Amino acid sequence: MQTALFLSQLLNGLLDGFYYLLIALGLSLIFSLGGILNLAHGAFFAVGAYMAVVLTPYVGFFGAVLIGPVIVAGMGAVTERLLFTKFYRIDPLYSLLLTFGLAMVLEQSMRWIFGAAPLAYNIPDILRGQVFFGEFIYSRYRIFTIAVAVVVVAALWVLLNRTAFGRIVKAGIQNPDILGTLGISLRPYLSAVAAIGIGLAGLAGILMAPIQPVHPAMGGSVLVAAFVVVVIGGLGSFWGVVWAAMLVGLVKGLMGALDLTAWSLASIYLLMFLVLLVRPRGLMGERILRFE
Amino acid sequence: MTFTRKMNRRSILRSGGALAMGALAAPSILRAQDGPIVLGHLTPRTGFLGPLGDYAVRGVDLAVEHINADGGIMGRDLQVLKEDSVNPQTASTKAERMIERDKVAAITGEISSSSTLAIGQVAERTGTVFFNTGGNSDTLRGADCKRHMFHVETQNAMYLNGEGFHFLNAGLVKGKKWYLPTADYAFGHDLLEGAKAFLKRNGGEVVGDDLVSTDATDFSAIMLKIRSAKPDVVALNLAGTQITGFLKQYGEFGLDFPIGGFGFDTQSAWAAGPQNFSGTWPSVWNHRIDNDESKAFTKAFTDKYGLPPENQAWSDYTALNIMAKAMTDIGGTDSKALIEYLEGGAKFDLMKNRQGYFNPSNHQLLQEVYAITALPESEVENEWDIFTTSGSVIGPDEPLEVLIKDAVGGTCSFDA
Repeated sequence: MQTALFLSQLLNGLLDGFYYLLIALGLSLIFSLGGILNLAHGAFFAVGAYMAVVLTPYVGFFGAVLIGPVIVAGMGAVTERLLFTKFYRIDPLYSLLLTFGLAMVLEQSMRWIFGAAPLAYNIPDILRGQVFFGEFIYSRYRIFTIAVAVVVVAALWVLLNRTAFGRIVKAGIQNPDILGTLGISLRPYLSAVAAIGIGLAGLAGILMAPIQPVHPAMGGSVLVAAFVVVVIGGLGSFWGVVWAAMLVGLVKGLMGALDLTAWSLASIYLLMFLVLLVRPRGLMGERILRFE
Repeated sequence: MTFTRKMNRRSILRSGGALAMGALAAPSILRAQDGPIVLGHLTPRTGFLGPLGDYAVRGVDLAVEHINADGGIMGRDLQVLKEDSVNPQTASTKAERMIERDKVAAITGEISSSSTLAIGQVAERTGTVFFNTGGNSDTLRGADCKRHMFHVETQNAMYLNGEGFHFLNAGLVKGKKWYLPTADYAFGHDLLEGAKAFLKRNGGEVVGDDLVSTDATDFSAIMLKIRSAKPDVVALNLAGTQITGFLKQYGEFGLDFPIGGFGFDTQSAWAAGPQNFSGTWPSVWNHRIDNDESKAFTKAFTDKYGLPPENQAWSDYTALNIMAKAMTDIGGTDSKALIEYLEGGAKFDLMKNRQGYFNPSNHQLLQEVYAITALPESEVENEWDIFTTSGSVIGPDEPLEVLIKDAVGGTCSFDA
């Protein structure tokens, strides 16, 4: 086994972690604040991808990257207003049913509008090509997606930790009742968080559209992966999701490095299993009072 | 007195029995003569094979339209109940329901080899004929064969041989290194086994055979390995949307080793787009085949749906036409009679140069196959015509059986 290839696989896995981060953050946010298990997360990912296909002829790829997530976030806000509000204070199981149904409706709508056949969509010319660091090769397009992910995650961190908005959201995650006694209504924050979370899913979909087949069911594997990352990282923790995403990417990369690609997906489920056995709240999860 | 009473009782019983039988039989006799012929169709509409299922259903609808416009089957309307087979367990349940509750005369369809086996088992148990229109695994024609299951779709060996002949002629087999990314399920495993055997027979070397889970969407790890292994040929044993994803990422990483595959559907190429589609691939039928029947079918399909048919649509369309002809020729829908007829070498028009017939020892429809080659991006005029097709990969004088030579998957025996 060549060292260069081994290291390449590990590095590739680590970089893959940014993909997992992008898809998991939105899911984590919505669950942490509202207690909603958004099983429609993968479906919004797919909506984002289709948004890319639809918008690009009009505003170009970069325009789609800017506008698409905003549109999907808008859909998220509407979803929150119309559907999520009734489910915040009750057993998370109900939100599972709700969002599962929503996922199916979204997927079938896309199938109805666009057909089940995948749509062709390409990397924009300006981002085609590869970069070489010695023996290591990586695609320019993926570097672009990582750059976008880093910017977005940094912006989110600033929002959550350096603004009044963030202070209230974090308080709402830890103990919403106290907020109520302080006279702060969480409702607009819940809408905002849902919009951001779902907008993030949409952004991930737009970024993945050039390198994955764009079809109505494309959200399925994304949803499972996002859940795994959120569970490993723990609820209510921003950095938990970040570290979990990197860890998941690394483990997957390790499978590639060890020539065990058949185990790539199984390995991350095994990882989740291990984490749940040893530390059920996740690596950095907060103990959320109402679930204990 | 006793004698008369006995006679009366017996004759009453007898006539009562006859009447009862008549009452039971009469509705079905009446139905048999006037009612529609109902067939069942199962195909995956969701999951990684969903896009192909879409084409399958379109093929079915067009066939029903054409067959009924032509007077139906033996003057009776053809009706097809269609369902999403989803996965092997659901396929099995739905097949049972179609047979037991809806009383379908036969079943056609399926694309996943695993679900095909599940339906085949139900068909065998219930004595219903099943035409497999999409499951390619050799094992279905070998160790898992069933007396009631017939295969309109080519088996892996036919694609292997077809594609193999192409690479042999291009000098890319003997002494050359091959990389074989493989889908981790029945279809993929079969293809891999067949590919390895083919390479062994012809002096080729396997330098990689990674298994990928069927819901994997990221192939970057394999791209890195391929680049490191520097093979002479990359041959995919993947299916459905995975072929598209792989081709997109193959282009993304700038790999340009000659590429092809032993499993293929035209739809995968269209989804990858002219920028990413490259290589030479096997094809049971494609819309660029140059003969009158194919052109007419393509035109009818395009007129109805606004896009050209791909091979899955052809397969389901053709299967229904074969079923219609078979039922007409035997004058009924009885399974035993159908099996005997199909095993007896009946010939069918397949929109190809030569007619096809079922191989009696494994129920595979023997037919010509083609090879399609991707056009360079600069020569592409529209989103559909992104490749050229060869003529039949075997000469007009070669027996069709040569295409199923060296199939893996065990031997077929129809007893029990």
